[in-house]
Parts: sequence; C-alpha cells; structure tokens
Amino acid sequence: MALNPDCVGRTYAPAGSYLVGREKVRLFALAIGVESPIFRDLEAARASGYADLVAPPTLAVILALQSSRVVVRDPELGLDYSRVVHGEQRFAYARPIVAGDELVVTTSIESIRTAAGNDMITTRGDIASLDGEPVVTTWSLLVARGAEADA
Amino acid sequence: MSPRLADVEVGHELPTQTFRVTRADLIRYAGASGDFNVIHWNQRIATEVGLPDVIAHGMLTMALAARVVTDWLEDPAALVEYGVRFTRPVVVPDDDAGALLQVSAKVTALAEDGTAQIAVTASCEGATVLGRAQAVVRLA
Repeated sequence: MALNPDCVGRTYAPAGSYLVGREKVRLFALAIGVESPIFRDLEAARASGYADLVAPPTLAVILALQSSRVVVRDPELGLDYSRVVHGEQRFAYARPIVAGDELVVTTSIESIRTAAGNDMITTRGDIASLDGEPVVTTWSLLVARGAEADA
Repeated sequence: MSPRLADVEVGHELPTQTFRVTRADLIRYAGASGDFNVIHWNQRIATEVGLPDVIAHGMLTMALAARVVTDWLEDPAALVEYGVRFTRPVVVPDDDAGALLQVSAKVTALAEDGTAQIAVTASCEGATVLGRAQAVVRLA
C-alpha cells in the first residue's frame, strides 16, 4: 500500500479553469457567516477599492480540493482515497480572490513520507489568473491511514 | 478601523468569538464548498466508519477560526498566510444546539517587514480541535 516515492516532484497541469462567481462568493460568505459587507455588497466592495465582491480567504479551499483530487486520481501514486483524511491545510495569499477572477491551479507533489504506518503526502497548488498572475498558493497534507491502523 | 502595527504588541489578544455549528450549517457549507463527503451529513455512514456522529468539515472549522482574524483585520488583503492542522473532529449532534466552537487568537511575533504572526486556538467542549493554527498578517 506504500505510495510510489517516484511521484515526488511530479507536476500536474491545470485541468480547466475556475470562474469565481459573484453568487458563489455570497453563498460561501453566508455559509461561514462573515458579516463584512465587502463579501456581500457590491457597492461596499467597490468603495473599498475592489473590482467586485471579495471572496472570504478560505474560499480558496474550492481550488485546493480540485487540486488534491488531481493527485489522488493519479493511478501511479497508489493512493487509496477511501483511507484518506485531511491532515493539514495552509494558504499563502498574494492578493484576495474577487468575483470575476478566472483561476487555474497547477498542482505538484511536494513530499511523500510514512509515519506510524500512515502514508502522508503534501500537495501544493499554485493558483493563478489566466494571464499567470499568482493569487494563492495552497498546501494540503493528506493522510492515508495504514491498513494495520484498523486492527 | 483596521488595526495598525504601531498599536499592536506581542501578546495582544484579538476579540474572542464563539460559533454555533448545527447540521444545517454543515449542509450549507457542503453546498458552498463543494465538499459533499457523507461523514458531514449522514449519521449512519459516519458511525459505520467509526466516528461518534456526523462531524463538521475541517475546512469549516478552519474558516470559522479565520473569522477571528479577518473580522479584526477588516481588509482581507492584510491576510498573508493561514494554516492549520486538523487534530480533532468537531462532532455535530442532530439537535438545535449543535456544537459550540470557541476561538481565541493572539499576536505571537512582530517582524521588521510589518507582518505579525498570530496564533489561533479553536476548541470544542474544552478540547482543542486545530493544531498549529497560525496566521501571518500585514499591518499598516
């Protein structure tokens, strides 16, 4: 069940782009309860100098999930997704995501290691605009529980 | 007013917040985030895989904890970095009371480049649910 260590450093090209919709931003803001009008009110966002509604910072998870899905589906990696839990998540922001952004994610495998019978893989997603402007970098640590951990 | 670097020192505590998380919140977050993993809404499957009950999305816990920082910052552009480790699930019972998530945060370091490091603590029923939860913010 060990992961294929040769996959470290592997890079996956963006699988299509993601267009950040204004109503998605409103829905996400509602779901996490943020109250600042720059996440919900177009006039307020523009008055604060933004082109459109500002996405709450953790909306980047939508792209992080897309990014890690690309990795777990790589048959050469040998990851059993039914055993995977999300261990850690980190974001580094170049600027806030705003509604209207069309984003692409380039994914790479930063590390693979084994500890206490569990496989751990760190994936990195570089989220950028269509013209290559970096927006957010995301790191996800996925932990695949070892079969013996069930005993 | 957004906080200013000159007004902040190491040890400064951000306003603490308590968030109530109910099953309805999990459904709403599933739709907003696109994470439809059944352990976040189906008690039967959750208990079958060994969980005590339905659990909140780790990313929802992460998002709520971030609010303590972003509500304080006002301008989200000031958030440079944010990361957490998911150490314990937030169990969400099928009732109106849900689970209560308590989040506090304080400034742990100030750097010469105008950034501040903030340690975030999130707990549910007295047990911490996030580890190494840290934000880096840029203050004017």
